[in-house]
Amino acid sequence: MLLISCPWCGQRDESEFTCGGEAHIQRPPDPDALSDPEWADYLFMRTNPKGRHRERWCHTHGCGRWFNVERHTLTHDIISVYRMGEGPADDGDGDPS
Amino acid sequence: MTAQPYRLAEGGVIDRTRPLSFSFNGRRLTGFAGDTLASALLANGVHLVGRSFKYHRPRGILTAGTEEPNALVQLETGNRSTPNLKATRVELYDGLAATSVNCWPGVRFDAGALIDAVHRMVPAGFYYKTFMWPRGGWHFYEKLIRRMAGMGRAPEGPDPDRYDRTNAHCEVLVVGAGPAGLAAARAAGRSGTRIILADEQPRPGGMLLNVTDTKGEPGADWIGDTLSELRSMPNVRVLTRTTVTGYFDHNFLVAVERVTDHLGPDAPAHLPRQRLWRIRAARVVLATGALERPLVFANNDRPGVMLAAAARAYVNAFAALPGRRAVVCTNNDSAYEAALDLHRNGVEITAIADLRTDPAGPAAEAAAAAGLNILGGHAVVDTSGRRRVRSAQVAGIGADGSLEGPVRALHCDLVLMSGGWSPAVHLFSQSGGRLRYDDALGVFLPDRARQPVQCAGAVNGADGTAACVLQGQDAGSGNRPAAASAPAAPEAGSHWPIPARNRSGEFRRFVDLQNDVTAADIALAVAEGYQSVEHLKRYTTLGMGTDQGKTGNVPGIAVLAGSLGAPLPAVGTTTFRPPYDPVTFGAIAGRDVGPLADPVRETPMHAWHVEAGAVFEDVGQWKRPFYYPLAGETKRDAVARECLAVRNAVGLMDATTLGKIVVSGRGAVAFLNRIYTNAWDDLEVGRCRYGLMLGEDGMVLDDGVTARLATNRFLMTTTTGNASRVLAWLEEWLQTEWPDLDVYLTSATEQFATVALAGPKARAVLSGLTSDIDVTTEAFPFMSWRSGHVAGFPARVFRISYSGELAYEISVPAAHGLSLWAALSRQGEDHGITPFGTEAMHVLRAEKGYLMVGQETDGTVTPIDLGMQWILKKKKDYIGRRSLARSAMLDPLRKRLVGLRTEDPELVLPEGAQILPTAPSGPPETMIGHVTSSYWSGVLRRSVALALVKGGRDRETTTVHVPLDGRTARAEICDPRFYDPDGARLRG
Repeated sequence: MLLISCPWCGQRDESEFTCGGEAHIQRPPDPDALSDPEWADYLFMRTNPKGRHRERWCHTHGCGRWFNVERHTLTHDIISVYRMGEGPADDGDGDPS
Repeated sequence: MTAQPYRLAEGGVIDRTRPLSFSFNGRRLTGFAGDTLASALLANGVHLVGRSFKYHRPRGILTAGTEEPNALVQLETGNRSTPNLKATRVELYDGLAATSVNCWPGVRFDAGALIDAVHRMVPAGFYYKTFMWPRGGWHFYEKLIRRMAGMGRAPEGPDPDRYDRTNAHCEVLVVGAGPAGLAAARAAGRSGTRIILADEQPRPGGMLLNVTDTKGEPGADWIGDTLSELRSMPNVRVLTRTTVTGYFDHNFLVAVERVTDHLGPDAPAHLPRQRLWRIRAARVVLATGALERPLVFANNDRPGVMLAAAARAYVNAFAALPGRRAVVCTNNDSAYEAALDLHRNGVEITAIADLRTDPAGPAAEAAAAAGLNILGGHAVVDTSGRRRVRSAQVAGIGADGSLEGPVRALHCDLVLMSGGWSPAVHLFSQSGGRLRYDDALGVFLPDRARQPVQCAGAVNGADGTAACVLQGQDAGSGNRPAAASAPAAPEAGSHWPIPARNRSGEFRRFVDLQNDVTAADIALAVAEGYQSVEHLKRYTTLGMGTDQGKTGNVPGIAVLAGSLGAPLPAVGTTTFRPPYDPVTFGAIAGRDVGPLADPVRETPMHAWHVEAGAVFEDVGQWKRPFYYPLAGETKRDAVARECLAVRNAVGLMDATTLGKIVVSGRGAVAFLNRIYTNAWDDLEVGRCRYGLMLGEDGMVLDDGVTARLATNRFLMTTTTGNASRVLAWLEEWLQTEWPDLDVYLTSATEQFATVALAGPKARAVLSGLTSDIDVTTEAFPFMSWRSGHVAGFPARVFRISYSGELAYEISVPAAHGLSLWAALSRQGEDHGITPFGTEAMHVLRAEKGYLMVGQETDGTVTPIDLGMQWILKKKKDYIGRRSLARSAMLDPLRKRLVGLRTEDPELVLPEGAQILPTAPSGPPETMIGHVTSSYWSGVLRRSVALALVKGGRDRETTTVHVPLDGRTARAEICDPRFYDPDGARLRG
């Protein structure tokens, strides 16, 4: 049972959240410009890393907000939590947005 | 009072002033308060407690704790009955009734014991080899095997007891209240932060409770002082009878507290039987101790063969003698203390067979001083006795581990064994911590932790109370515990198994006593290629019983290492998984049973439906009226009557449960354009539009009517079952993909009660109840909405129809729902108004060929499949559009929606029936589709069905075949719009 820090509500049990899979997959602005394989790649293909992974989570049974979590898939350590539209805190550029 | 022939006159924690009567296999016996069932049985001289899992061999009591593999009992009868409880853990209460498991007709004469006579025919993995012929035969054999190799029996009725669940948070959770745990809790408690100390025993103290002579180290007084200090700290919670069973991510641990199990039926009614603790701890200290290992010699499973420390516990803590004449077999010092304690209490120690050639040190010296007969380089190599051990065969063991010299039979009624101690690393391993094999100690020890957890005491390799207390203090204060002091090495790798004196004995050296796995089984598995410890476990079932191999696993690994000729650490351990100890389903379910298992949602009109005798249908969590049968009516009669009333007069239906979402903001139109397949820019305020929602994969997700309430405000309706899913779907897009859109979503499902008024007389009924809404078609056309008052209540009226008739949906604030319903019922009396349920609604829409999401769609159906190209807007992008452009989506051989007209008009096809293009000719058949909806249509006086069929309406007018139970129905593919295909009625 992970302990997840919702950026709006603070630390809550995993059971209050739903995981929305890999983060930072943007919907293509012009889907018609994509070939079928490119569209399938957007639609279905996800990375499955052993290690750091950026995911979208939603505090479904709380504030209802979506946000991003960087999680280690092996240890389940949560490295950072950041709001939609932001980058992870440890991007290195010192700027959370 | 019945005599307890093996009870000591004094000593122990038992209360001799409180005798308790209990029964075992129907025999009435007496014990004392403070006894476990096991200690009370031993005090009465009962050793034969059960039969083994596979061979039905007589078994007794091996241990004094949670690790017990043998002494499993069924406690009580009827619905309170609990199977497979360990007699070593069941606390005695007055009137307790227990029986043996896995034997018939009884534990003394068990018919299944015939298996033991032919044990050579049923080696490891025998069922994989034997029962695979003929093909499919396993299903027949499995039933027999399950009966033969059963354990206890689950009660058949609902559990009458109550269980609870609670959440707790703390800075430090200490698991285990032995010397290390008590010291850790005290040190941590002094910091003033929140501490929880959990221990599975009824009394804190751990192994120290079993020791009478502490040789100057901390003892009973120290426990008392520490406990009273802990109890004086308001920040410390001490939980006894509480087993921490699972260690999960982020320091989340689950424990089960047996609140009233020890009180039996006399438990106070206000207390739950058990309580599940869900604990989140900043830091965890594991002081889980160590478990003594058995030795693997021939017939080491007879009743009366016991772990040395267990015997010590029975004598010291329970004042119960496990026998009068004992032979001890050991590879380490700890058994000497047990032997001395038994000796002091009058048990004759015939011999101590020590596998070490030259036992030295204080333990051996003390035993020699007491006059005990120590045989260095010796072992028990076999035992005899039918239902109780009668003698132990002792022989010398050579340096190469083989049998040496003559075998001597020593008369005895008790064999004590000790194969050293295994640190109870289960929880540490569950936490993700790595283990390492310590050659000096011959044990697996906690190594690198992955979570904030520290191990202290025997689990960390500490030897002796003082060392445990020191480690506990360190860990409790948050310091790294000092390294383990190294006791005399127990030579763990060698002597597993101890050689047998004959061939028969080689097959009776048990490693896992619960699952009847022998050293020979392990050797066989290795010979057959199962060399990984994980494969071995699954092939032989080693360690897979309810005890999870707490005693047998390390000896099993040692035997495997020996068979492989590999060092023990190279073999490694199997994965430790929760639970550490079995958890009852009751504790997991807690109060979430019966009506509380899932919330039930009722509309404001529910009471009226109940009064009207409605049969209800569950739609998601909602209770919806299915149909309203009159006296003597069948479902088909009632539904046909309700449908005809809607077609010919007027009906009313509770539509409150449909999801309602208010979409507002300057970006609302743009948002709807992206979410729905059709366009919303041109929808005027006061009008409604049907919309279809797709997943990004192009499959139909949901549908419903959306009304424009104001320029930037819409009311969206969803199907009942999908309401929360759709809201979540919309939120996800808004928050993650289009945060720039100025759109706000509000669920309004519960705020409004909605009544659908449908049928040619609907207008007449409505007009009599409103003065400020003009209900003429000119003023209030199809697919528009008006606000005003209905029956005096503020209302929004939507002219929309799912039945194909003239229809209105009237929404009022939820509080007025029942009154509105009553007013409409009264007003419609003269017009024959009839309440109709969801089944009539399904029939009415199917007659019209309208899709029902979840019935015609199953996540693989596109709008094109449904013949709904008209709703796909070409000039804009929307969710799912690109996927529809894939060539495969346009394949004319995809399953598409059609109508089915059965040749026999009376025949209502079963939904889900397969459709064949030709009469069936034997498998494999060519299947071209399936029936999705099928009903009796009262108005058409025939059955109607919708189906998804390859090729769809290109097959119109062709005949297809539907195989049914024992016959085949013929049907014609047709237009799915069976009734009023041009929609004249709903616009009228």
